[in-house]
Amino acid sequence: MNSASSASLVPLDFWVLMREFWSFQDANVLWVVVGSMLLGIAASVVGSFAFLRKRSLMGDVLAHAALPGVMTAFLLAQTNTPWVMFVGALSSSFLGLLLMDWIPKNSKIKPDAAMAITLSFFFALGLMELSYIQGLEIEGKSGLDKMLFGQAAAMLPKDIAWLSGVAVLILVTIGLFFHKFRLIAFNRVYAQTLGLNLAFYELILALLIVSAVVIGLQVVGVVLMAAVLLTPIAAARFWSQRLSHLLWIAAIIGGLSGLISANISYMAPAMPTGPWMVVVLSLFFLVSFLFAPERGLVANARALKRLRQQVQEENVLRTFYVLNERHPSHHADQALHLDKRFHQEDILANRAMSVSVLKRTLHRLVNKGWVEQTPFSITLTPAGAQEASQLTRRHRLWENYLIEQASIDSSQVHLQAEHIEHLLTDVETREIEQTLSGASHDPHGKTIPSAVGVTLEKPHA
Amino acid sequence: MHEFWILATASLVAISASMVGVFLILRRMALLGDAISHSVLLGIVGGYLLSGSRSIAVMLISATLIGLLTAWLSNALHRLGKLQTDASIGIVFTLFFALGVILVSLFSGQVDLDQECVLYGELAFVPFDTITFGNLEAGPRAFWMIGLVFLINLGVLVLAYERFKLVSFHPALAISLGVNVAFWHYLLMTLVSLTTVASFEAVGAILVVALLVIPASSAYLWAKSLKSMLWIAAAYGQASVLIGYALARWLDSSIAASIGVSSGLLLFLTLGILQIRKLKQKTYVDHSLKAEAVEL
Repeated sequence: MNSASSASLVPLDFWVLMREFWSFQDANVLWVVVGSMLLGIAASVVGSFAFLRKRSLMGDVLAHAALPGVMTAFLLAQTNTPWVMFVGALSSSFLGLLLMDWIPKNSKIKPDAAMAITLSFFFALGLMELSYIQGLEIEGKSGLDKMLFGQAAAMLPKDIAWLSGVAVLILVTIGLFFHKFRLIAFNRVYAQTLGLNLAFYELILALLIVSAVVIGLQVVGVVLMAAVLLTPIAAARFWSQRLSHLLWIAAIIGGLSGLISANISYMAPAMPTGPWMVVVLSLFFLVSFLFAPERGLVANARALKRLRQQVQEENVLRTFYVLNERHPSHHADQALHLDKRFHQEDILANRAMSVSVLKRTLHRLVNKGWVEQTPFSITLTPAGAQEASQLTRRHRLWENYLIEQASIDSSQVHLQAEHIEHLLTDVETREIEQTLSGASHDPHGKTIPSAVGVTLEKPHA
Repeated sequence: MHEFWILATASLVAISASMVGVFLILRRMALLGDAISHSVLLGIVGGYLLSGSRSIAVMLISATLIGLLTAWLSNALHRLGKLQTDASIGIVFTLFFALGVILVSLFSGQVDLDQECVLYGELAFVPFDTITFGNLEAGPRAFWMIGLVFLINLGVLVLAYERFKLVSFHPALAISLGVNVAFWHYLLMTLVSLTTVASFEAVGAILVVALLVIPASSAYLWAKSLKSMLWIAAAYGQASVLIGYALARWLDSSIAASIGVSSGLLLFLTLGILQIRKLKQKTYVDHSLKAEAVEL
């Protein structure tokens, strides 16, 4: 391993190698790129179904389980022909799958422990055989340890041909059985009642996963193959909820990371490819997790903030309404005029709210034209009065609704209504009103404002 | 003498791993144990590159930090990203392990580690890397490190046995009694991290999973109480070390890998015996039913 010295050559070699890679003049480069991308696409699409079946780490177990198969095949056949390796890896991976399912069914060992057992036992067995082989005098043994962390650039054309063939086969099979797989992934019980042969399709899916894992060995390696199956779909989940979209997004992420890791492998041939591919995939995941619209962390935080602000604004408006109602100049038999002036202290006395939050909220209300603020007083504008009375209307209608329809005690209803008043739509409010018996007062004896609007006299000078 | 140090180190690794492994199995956290044993690599390499020292304290601290970070981060991803638990574990540990491997290959000249060592450990080389106090040669570094961790594990286990028992068997009851379950969870994760980092030089990142999970699972099949499970797991661990060492001598293969394989073989043997016993019991019951039917 000579990467320390190649790291020091970076500035000069870097761009030359970069140009060489992206010009694709070297037919070998093109093949490695095609192979890596096909692998990324096939693995991420197959992995999506494992993820949806809630067996995300199955790929990890199967990849580790492939190792002793490769070694045994090499020991028996004394050659590293792709198809021999493929058959060896496929059969031992499949054995691992059976073992992983057999143990929890036939003993008290739990599924997660069974996975860890299968993974570590097969891997230990593979490493034991590998160390045994390295003590022997056999030709072709040097490529075997590349199976651990992958080495895309070291792949031979015959390896790539195999890899690509199997990857295409996987994608075609998924295309053929897409509807069946979708049904099983989302609604197993329904699929069973339709008379679908679940065991058969699960077997096919398992075979596909095993094949994807096995062709990934040379590019990504045994140890980190799990990430190629798992991370793309986990990232895609933040962008969409439709299965077809999810698969496309996962495939794009998988393909791109295949391309990038082929590039890295070309630039630094001594570096293992697998870890780089995983880092690239994790970056895709991180970006999706943080910045995806709607479901990303940032979007979520912003939506939450907006909701909190809206609640604060509406709370202040409602407080204005209540303050107007309680004002000494208002008589219960008169129409309510929402034109009284108040101070910040009046609001603070009625709402648990910090001064700074109130100031910011008032500022937003002024900007919206719902409140007029002078250095000495605060008043509702006509639009603000309308808004405040509609909010109060929703609140009080809901209180009545809870008492009439849900038989909730009148001492409980206020708090519930405090939450729902921010969420009810006009249509819902109208529906509630229709189911109610048409009371004009809320459970606490306050008048419910009408839907039409309120009178508001211009504040006297 | 070399043989002695190798076996002593390996048996300390096996016994420490089976001690924490028992709780991983009981709390159904085998996969989190697997994840932490992978991430610890990043802690070791990172700690070395940052501090420039390979002292036992630096390694233990940095690996513990990264182990706890793994546990915490997978939990955070699970909650914030609404991902399944195992998916979030998988994403976190593959990234950490990948970063660890990349750092190892980038700085292979400076770090006393290579990819091989990450995978196999270097049990056969353990006797050559010794610690000296003044003029006194005190034995291999790896031995002292795992010895220290063994004592920590033992101490915590003896002191907090009842708490661990409560949290493992009745987590809901523990919460209602006001026990800080999160604290005990992260304490267990700390022990897992300490054990894996101390085992790392001896058996490598992935094979330690075998020693964490497999002897404890074998014990889980027999044991009738927590105490007996701990003892049986330790015994399985020791047996795996001895058989594995013999296997490695015979085949000239990696000692660590052979220990992992033999622990698996012992588990399958146990499973086989239990399976046969179940079968015999079934045929016995069938026979006695038939006999009764004839009598009637």
